[in-house]
Amino acid sequence: MDARSQSPRYHFLAFPIVGALLAALPFALHNNYYIGVMVFIGIHTILALGLNLLMGYAGQVSLGHAAFYGIGAYTTAILTTMLKWPPWVGLACAPMVAGLAAYLIGMPTLKLKGHYLAMATLGFGMIVKILFVEYYPLTGGTSGMTGIPPLSLGKLQLVDDRQFYYVVWFFALMLIWVSYNIVESRVGRALRAVHTSEIAAASVGVDIAKYKIQVFVLSGVYSGLAGALYAHYIRFVNPDPFGFMFSIQLVVMVVVGGMASIWGAIAGASAITLLSQVLQRFEDYEVIVFGAILVLVMIYMPQGLTKSIVDLTARRRSAKPSKPEVLP
Amino acid sequence: MDLTSQILQYVLSGITVGAIYAIIALGFSLIYNAVEIVNLAQGEFVMLGAMLAVYVLQAAGVPLFAAVLIAIVVVGGVGALLGLAAIHRLKKSSPLSLIIITIGASIFFKGVAMHLWGKDALPLPAFSSGDAIEVHGAVLVPQSLWIFGITALMLLGVYIFYERTSFGKAMRAVAVNKHGARLVGINVNRMVVWAFAISAALGAVGGIIVAPVTLASYDMGTMLGLKGFCAAILGGLGSGGGAIAGGLILGILENLGAGLISSAYKDAIAFVVMLLILFVRPSGLFGGRSADGR
Repeated sequence: MDARSQSPRYHFLAFPIVGALLAALPFALHNNYYIGVMVFIGIHTILALGLNLLMGYAGQVSLGHAAFYGIGAYTTAILTTMLKWPPWVGLACAPMVAGLAAYLIGMPTLKLKGHYLAMATLGFGMIVKILFVEYYPLTGGTSGMTGIPPLSLGKLQLVDDRQFYYVVWFFALMLIWVSYNIVESRVGRALRAVHTSEIAAASVGVDIAKYKIQVFVLSGVYSGLAGALYAHYIRFVNPDPFGFMFSIQLVVMVVVGGMASIWGAIAGASAITLLSQVLQRFEDYEVIVFGAILVLVMIYMPQGLTKSIVDLTARRRSAKPSKPEVLP
Repeated sequence: MDLTSQILQYVLSGITVGAIYAIIALGFSLIYNAVEIVNLAQGEFVMLGAMLAVYVLQAAGVPLFAAVLIAIVVVGGVGALLGLAAIHRLKKSSPLSLIIITIGASIFFKGVAMHLWGKDALPLPAFSSGDAIEVHGAVLVPQSLWIFGITALMLLGVYIFYERTSFGKAMRAVAVNKHGARLVGINVNRMVVWAFAISAALGAVGGIIVAPVTLASYDMGTMLGLKGFCAAILGGLGSGGGAIAGGLILGILENLGAGLISSAYKDAIAFVVMLLILFVRPSGLFGGRSADGR
């Protein structure tokens, strides 16, 4: 499928190129606002990467992934403000707690399929959001938690957008590399087998349940890290960004970026993050336009932006209609 | 109030709101049976029904029942449009992209409603005046009786539609086997559009009868829709009887839980119940997951 077309050599080249472009970008952007947007694209890329491993490779849907993002953010917020732990320790604990939460909810949930799995993860997301709002001794309720310390390198406190940009993209690129290695490994092949046909995968000896839970925990870990980065960047958390709508946005990032495409995560995260920035200018019309775009993209490009554009150019070149997707 | 009448009060309010969940769950099941789409825009049909009824009543100055009828018909039409958009992609799309289409539609409807009618909650007059009725120390507003009655009528109507009319039987045939239905000359696409229209109209009815109790606002639909979905899962997705039982059980549990344990976590109860049933018995209390539309 998609991942097969990403040959190791192509990837080997893409990595330093994208890395160099990202490293140079802050010098081209003089407006700090754009740097801030880029930080969010980085955070969203990490989230989309994790969700893409789950959705694109293992074929499992989650409509509640904002919960793990929130758990990561609140974990580091609670550890660094209430217990006064160092920020880097909070940042390290957040993915672990989110991963643990993913393990606990994944064990009973991943037995479900299709719509049932989608609704179970949706329910989980709703419950976690309600906990953030209502369990105020720990979370501060709707008013949230302030005073989260910034990350620091030695004596240098990373409070500047440009500094934080490099931190976020360091993690994002590292996780792209990790994801790529997972996908190209035995585990990745097993995951794709599970996606194509669970029965066939099981019959050749793939332990489906084990792989599903592993990738679910892994995507929880990614989301937890993204949440912690968010918390130390904004240095304030409240329940608003971790609701149902954001879970949906994450799914859309994965779909728009292209399922089962590692680099697509950057494309999807960029497209949706930039779109919501642009739509803010429409004020009241923002949600209407977002909803309409969602429907139209799903109707006309269900394969995602990257794949649709690639298909379109390929079609132009070969001047004959591309065949429907045939599984290898 | 002693504990018995307190519990009775929770149960009565539970049935009132549970009846609404039941109607919404029934709408879910209708569409799920016909096309296996989980229509997450169902809650927005509830909202559109309530808001349109309020709007038509105020703007056109027609009697209440006329405003209600207009609202139901218009929302049914909106549902049919969504159905058309869905079947356009039906053969080529994964369930996920269909879910996202319905979510996109729900965001769109919500945005349009907010833009047209503002963010304030609007009142719809109760269907009949009269004082609250006291039952063993618990209080019941007359609108609750309307809700019980209309819900029962709706359920009966859906039952008769499926069991006694050839149109309803054709829709059941589509649910059981699309190819088979097509072979005997049933226009499957038309049935899907009708399933969306009927389920949207049902949702609108739910919104209209609850609006005098809860007020109508642009954001009332999402939570009602999701809880209606919990009810459908609880009763068994695709089962009509299960949808009703699931709705009532969920409404009662929610009110008992909020009253006796903690009102702060009221909204979480429905989702906890849904998760538990999914873990223990994913086919729901009454579902064999057979899509026979009853």
